[in-house]
Amino acid sequence: MTAPSVVPAPAPPPHDELELLLRIGDDRLVLGHRLSEWCGHAPILEEDIALANVALDLLGQATLFLRRAGELEGQGRDEDALAYFREAVEFRNCLLVELPNGDFGFTIARQFLFDAFAVVTLDAMARSTSPELSALSAKSLKEATYHLRHSVEWVLKLGDGTDESHRRVQRALDELWRFTPELFVADGVAARLAVQGIGPDLPALRPRWDTMVREVIARATLTLPHDASHTPHLKGGRAGMHTEHLGHMLAEMQIVARSHPGAKW
Amino acid sequence: MSDALETTHLVGEQAATIAPDGQWPVWEVFTQSSQGAPHEHAGSLHATDAEHALQNARDVYARRGEAISLWVVPSAAITASSPGDSGPFFDPGADKAYRHPQFYKVPRGVRGL
Repeated sequence: MTAPSVVPAPAPPPHDELELLLRIGDDRLVLGHRLSEWCGHAPILEEDIALANVALDLLGQATLFLRRAGELEGQGRDEDALAYFREAVEFRNCLLVELPNGDFGFTIARQFLFDAFAVVTLDAMARSTSPELSALSAKSLKEATYHLRHSVEWVLKLGDGTDESHRRVQRALDELWRFTPELFVADGVAARLAVQGIGPDLPALRPRWDTMVREVIARATLTLPHDASHTPHLKGGRAGMHTEHLGHMLAEMQIVARSHPGAKW
Repeated sequence: MSDALETTHLVGEQAATIAPDGQWPVWEVFTQSSQGAPHEHAGSLHATDAEHALQNARDVYARRGEAISLWVVPSAAITASSPGDSGPFFDPGADKAYRHPQFYKVPRGVRGL
């Protein structure tokens, strides 16, 4: 009789597409939740409804991408299980979206930077060689295009508005800028997926995003912060290394589902 | 899609002046529910300019797929009849049956009359 083999089974290769779906879904889940925190607090009624609309769109997109992630994972986890029963280190969103809302100018500036990123990447992923990813991206792109129109309009208004609105949105931009390089970092997962035509080629998309952002910033009479490539920029979200803010946000977002597992409402 | 971030500034952009109460100007919103249907008044909202009004109208009155087309009009551009006009404007019609095309037979199969 031979001793049972003690050679550990090789770790399964990381599932790149699953990882990508979590990144896309978590960006939207986290930002959607942040926006929902404005509900009832926005400066005017119409904008309150507008922000809630965007939040709901993002939540809907998160549902689709996370559901697909659960299917690919094959462990029986659906979108709710992924949203409510993962810890912060398991979230794959970029750091930009988890930052606290700040003032209205901060929320709008963050939204604008993200919306432009969403439009550029969804547009690319709509041509993905993965049929599911392509379909989900094409569907989400329509919403993202409207979100961008909304946030652009506000950046223009605030930037070219009063001294105070200009000062606040400029401050927000200065603060947020160092979180933007993370959006376009191609780690191993992103690079492999880009080669296969499944995921977006992030570094190649950056110039288009840059052009969009710079054009609006200039029209809004705002100034872009110094080139972020020369400053220590913040990243780590795609690998589960988050700011302290995400944990606090998740505690609130997940408590009901965790207190009453399996509850329906 | 185009990279140009289009913000369709439509006619009416000149409209915005802040009202005396400090609120943004009021706009009337008209929604069209399907191709060929009339644009019908849906309500009103505050906005700073035409594009802003259009976006707010989309979010407030068309977010659940209620409309395929929107019009926004500065409320100030609307001239309305006044309650004092109601007698001279609207009463005389009631007692003249010959003003109403009610003696015609409607052919079978005609809808929407």
